[in-house]
Amino acid sequence: MLVDFFYKLREVDVPVSTTEYLTLLEALSQRVADYSVDEFYYLARATLVKDERHYDRFDKAFGAYFKGLEELFDAVIGEIPLEWLRRQTELRLSEEEKQRIESLGGWEKLMQTLRERLEQQEKRHQGGSKWIGTGGTSPFGGYGYNSEGVRIGQEGSRNRRAVKVWDKREFRNLDDTVELGTRNIKLALRRLRQFAREGAAEELDLDHTIHATAKNAGLLDLKMIPERHNAAKVLLFLDVGGSMNDHVRICEEMFSASRSEFKHLEYFYFHNCVYETVWRDNRRRHSEQMSTLDIIRTYGSDHKVVLVGDASMSPYEIMYPGGGVEHMNAEAGIVWMQRLLAVYPRAIWLNPVAEPYWSYTQSIEMIQEIMDQRMFPLTLEGLDKGMRALQRSH
Amino acid sequence: MSENRFRGTDTYVATNDLMMAVNAAVTLGRPLLVKGEPGTGKTQLAEEIATALSRPFIQWHIKSTTKAQQGLYEYDAVARLRDSQLGDERVHDIANYILKGRLWEAFEYDVQPVVLIDEIDKADIEFPNDLLQELDRMEFFVYETKQVINAKHRPIIVITSNNEKELPDAFLRRCFFHYIRFPDRGTMTRIVRVHYPDLKKNLLDEALRSFFEVREVPGLKKKPSTSELLDWIKLLVAEDIPADALRSDDPRKIIPPLHGALLKNEQDVHLFERLVFLNRRNAR
Repeated sequence: MLVDFFYKLREVDVPVSTTEYLTLLEALSQRVADYSVDEFYYLARATLVKDERHYDRFDKAFGAYFKGLEELFDAVIGEIPLEWLRRQTELRLSEEEKQRIESLGGWEKLMQTLRERLEQQEKRHQGGSKWIGTGGTSPFGGYGYNSEGVRIGQEGSRNRRAVKVWDKREFRNLDDTVELGTRNIKLALRRLRQFAREGAAEELDLDHTIHATAKNAGLLDLKMIPERHNAAKVLLFLDVGGSMNDHVRICEEMFSASRSEFKHLEYFYFHNCVYETVWRDNRRRHSEQMSTLDIIRTYGSDHKVVLVGDASMSPYEIMYPGGGVEHMNAEAGIVWMQRLLAVYPRAIWLNPVAEPYWSYTQSIEMIQEIMDQRMFPLTLEGLDKGMRALQRSH
Repeated sequence: MSENRFRGTDTYVATNDLMMAVNAAVTLGRPLLVKGEPGTGKTQLAEEIATALSRPFIQWHIKSTTKAQQGLYEYDAVARLRDSQLGDERVHDIANYILKGRLWEAFEYDVQPVVLIDEIDKADIEFPNDLLQELDRMEFFVYETKQVINAKHRPIIVITSNNEKELPDAFLRRCFFHYIRFPDRGTMTRIVRVHYPDLKKNLLDEALRSFFEVREVPGLKKKPSTSELLDWIKLLVAEDIPADALRSDDPRKIIPPLHGALLKNEQDVHLFERLVFLNRRNAR
């Protein structure tokens, strides 16, 4: 029966292999775990999951397989925004009150009601006794008390009722499709590092020295080589202003993370789309502008280009001369984009807008086409894919 | 088999899932890879396993320049060269210039040792790949002397990583994996109890409360971890600070004393002070 579980894990993209499955069986046959489901859960997790980012997926699959409930949830409700459930108040009920809300019918009826309520409810809710939220007496939600309740998004067991470890889903924050912090960005950007030996010869090259000495009939002949340096060269273009204001924090983090990662990093700001000028200091954007042509002439084509922007604008800003919102541009945005891409074939566009929404904005699709499908969402996973795309030569 | 079970020690509190991972690795003789926030006791774990099971302990600390070969053995060509120029007799036997590495040492023990490969992510990307065969079969070949070195007993290998580089899949397949979570309040209380058994209860409660409050300050660059909490409590005890000095009900005294032990970054201290300032203003 474990084979089914194994395939279930592969289905939810936990990368498990036959070796690991056999290891688990071996561990079971050696009685590493007792006959308790908790122990089995810990053992299976240590054996099959090799990355804390996959813990959450594993927990979900485990819950679904061994209880058959969690998945039902996801099918019904998808992701409930955590904000609804963020703890604001905690509810303390007396014994009589607990008695009073003791029962609301069977499980089937509860799920049915949950489904209906989710369809009706659109806002975050807290307190009260009907809607899904926190601190209330409704059977749905967290941090409240209802003995037959369905707990959603609550950390820890508050009333010490039966929530299994895997149902707590404490590793949700580690799933790489969700979170993006400075450290994560750094990790992803490290992929870009390219080590090369450049500059003054200052390290002893032992192997070469031995060979040279042997050739020299045993007289010591020291050979030196330059130290290894990170030789990745990156031009970073950041979209500022307008619709990007919502994403400024992410961009700042991206910026501060990337600054320490590369030897050659130049950064520029633009608005919506790259035109004939960009600027380096956002406070003096109108007085100190740089010509895009100068950039193309100054930095060699071995630089990699990373554009960060939401690409959400009027299609005119891309397609027509004079379409820019801030100034009169003599040539269309697409012309400048193509010039840039012609010089720097290794380029990607990172978009803070979540990928499922891209198809709703025409300009995003246009930029995606200009970039030759090299647009990636600004999540850790997207960044990772983007960095891989940058490393492939064209 | 029961005497081989790891259940934590007098100085180390292990959670159930950690115990399971350790026991699985010990029983099947495969490496255990441990990750987690800095300061949650990754490095200490291996030492504690050695103590608990009373086994010898070998630490191999990895740096960015460490090569996998150095863990097995090194051929000291320069010494041999020098000896040959000085006409030393030792030069005729190449075995004189083979220096044993940490893993070779571990392979030669008469009892099963515990080997800690610390911070494997600091090394070159190829480092874990170069050790695949050695960790799998627990044997390696010395080219210079044409001998095969076998482990007398498969060592218990604990590997720690801070996630600075991704480890190759082939390597991960051969390991058990455990991610040490930041301890919750209950576990943390047990950890502090283990280190400071004589600590007064109210001081402990207040210290933990302040600590978790500091951890919850949004936007901290480096959240204080277990090891920082232990250092801080040591300072509190040394300075003999009373428990009520930590109570933060009074908004004017919200900065905990000796906060330098918890916040290691001047931006974090500024951020914290700014929040305190805002709190004070709101309180007025």
